[in-house]
Amino acid sequence: MDLETLLQLAASSLRLATPLLLACLAGLFSERAGIFDIGLEGKMLAAAFAAGAIAAVTGSAWVGLLAGIGASLALALLHGLASITLRGNQLISGVAINFLASGMTALVGQNWFGLGGQTPQLQASQRFLAIELPFVEALAPVPLIGPIYQHVVSGHNILVYVALLAVPFTWWVLYRTRFGLRLRAVGENPAAVDTAGISVVRLRYGAVLIAGVLCGIAGAYLSTGMSAGFVREMTAGKGFIALAALIFAKWRPWPALGACLLFGALEAVGIRYQAITLPGVGVVPVQLMQALPYILTVVILAGFVGKATPPRAGGRPYVKER
Amino acid sequence: MNPTLPRWADFALIPALNLLLAFFVAGLVVLFIGENPIAAMKILVVGSLGSSYGIGFTLYYATTFVFTGLSVAIAYHAGLFNIGSEGQAALGGIGVTLVCLAVPWPYWAVALPFAILGAGVFGAAWALIPGYLQAKRGSHVVITTIMFNFIASALVVYLLVNVLKAPGMAPETAGFPEGTHLPFMHEILGAFGIKVSKTPMNLASILALLAAFKTWVLIWRTRLGYEMRAFGHSEPAAVYAGIDPVKITVIAMLLSGAMAGMMALNVVMGFQHRLVLDYVAGAGFVGIAVSLMGRSHPVGVVLAAILFGILYQGGAELAFDMPKISRDMIVVIQALVILFTGALENLVRLPVTRLFLQLRRRPA
Repeated sequence: MDLETLLQLAASSLRLATPLLLACLAGLFSERAGIFDIGLEGKMLAAAFAAGAIAAVTGSAWVGLLAGIGASLALALLHGLASITLRGNQLISGVAINFLASGMTALVGQNWFGLGGQTPQLQASQRFLAIELPFVEALAPVPLIGPIYQHVVSGHNILVYVALLAVPFTWWVLYRTRFGLRLRAVGENPAAVDTAGISVVRLRYGAVLIAGVLCGIAGAYLSTGMSAGFVREMTAGKGFIALAALIFAKWRPWPALGACLLFGALEAVGIRYQAITLPGVGVVPVQLMQALPYILTVVILAGFVGKATPPRAGGRPYVKER
Repeated sequence: MNPTLPRWADFALIPALNLLLAFFVAGLVVLFIGENPIAAMKILVVGSLGSSYGIGFTLYYATTFVFTGLSVAIAYHAGLFNIGSEGQAALGGIGVTLVCLAVPWPYWAVALPFAILGAGVFGAAWALIPGYLQAKRGSHVVITTIMFNFIASALVVYLLVNVLKAPGMAPETAGFPEGTHLPFMHEILGAFGIKVSKTPMNLASILALLAAFKTWVLIWRTRLGYEMRAFGHSEPAAVYAGIDPVKITVIAMLLSGAMAGMMALNVVMGFQHRLVLDYVAGAGFVGIAVSLMGRSHPVGVVLAAILFGILYQGGAELAFDMPKISRDMIVVIQALVILFTGALENLVRLPVTRLFLQLRRRPA
């Protein structure tokens, strides 16, 4: 494998890791606040549809992005209503949201555009296009660093950089702000937070809505950044890979970046090489590559490679003492 | 379960109200896409129940959902939310296929016990690891079963493309020998002189009813079932009573997985007579809705499965007559049913409970 192939693979890993990363951070906010979120997939799908559809109609990727965030927020509110206000089962709510998004996007998509559930192909002006970072030309002659900067770091659309910047931002919010401290506390011991006179309900809604915004960006990236339009079921399990990455990262922001890049790289390699021959092992089927993130997650969950402990109050509705 | 509510309210009134809400919202969705919900309802009901052809298809679908619904219900009684029925059913399909293609079976009745074994063992095997990990390592069964669904789908694609594929383009196995085909219901009824339309409905429908009955016996009339329910209600109490949590968790998941695998009898052995790619087609997930709606009781599961059978068959007719309402409407209704009977249950339950408390207070 030469340098050029390696650089292409790295760039494509980064592009594929972006939606995972955004959804993973969304799950991180929600689950750190004690609300399990297996509806990441559905929120992303709804956002991808809304962004693709509205961008096609209005001709603006930015309006599309807003629509995507709006759609995702609506589902996030539903999840909040079910799991915070009505104290329902958070897992069942997530399952319902996934099906709702899957059915509604296909139904409404067919109804609006009549293209078998797709949205119209987006023009270049209606999408988020690759942008070139400054100093590419200046750095180009530098060996190794120049090409890496030019081909891997530069040349992605803006949402990729948004996702990357979201990692330190999440870290800062969670570990360096009062809101973050309370958010982590509400996921571990909501009763203590309540005793301190802070609203558990408001904190949890806040976390769920942040998750909605991030999933919205992730969905918009899929339909208006990575591809040119919405295709039915275009999330294709990415929400669950993000969930896997979240567990893999043990609910922490920086490891989340690592996990998402790893899973993105697995996908990139799987797309590029249909079958890989490992010396001594034989041919590795492409299906194994596709299943690898899930297998790795199960191994991590099993606690054989470091223990992944979820937030303590996760999944349990908080009932205020009377 | 809930001392403030009479049983009929808990098991009939609240599910009925939840269902009503779900269908009301579904009606709004139909209005939103510009069709008449009442006309749509009519087509749906006539298409699914208006002829022996429609009924046959409805019950064929319902049979599948009885198996997956029971699968989710069994685990639910032990306090486990098994989202993995989809993958377990996919593996059950592999099990049935291996049995059916193993030897040239002379007659279906000879092949059936082995096929049941194949479906059960393969389905259970796929639930074993999530169950074991939940019991021994505390890995959440919801997450592991989701992961196992994806692993199953990759595994089945691999097996169908590389190992079991019959010569030809499509990734499917060779057709099963005649001697494994379960008799169709129109053949069975024909033998008694009753003429009905040809439909995929087959002997597995009777097996599904048997399975529902056996599940009822298991859950409410055996020691194991008692232990499962006790464990599901309160883990510490069950452990205090000497119930082994590891044993109950693993056994509940094994039974749940085996039941999911049984759907292969209906679809693979009873109708398609070969294994095709993604033969489960979401039925495992429908099982979640069916189990929630049926309140995890076998009778409720059978009724809910028939309702979803109606939705599947009627929905196909609906998509034909009203092209604006594609088959995706079924997924929307499924989502709404899960939402209103599962996640938003308290939307109805809290006011109803309050009402009953008031009614009780007044005469006193």
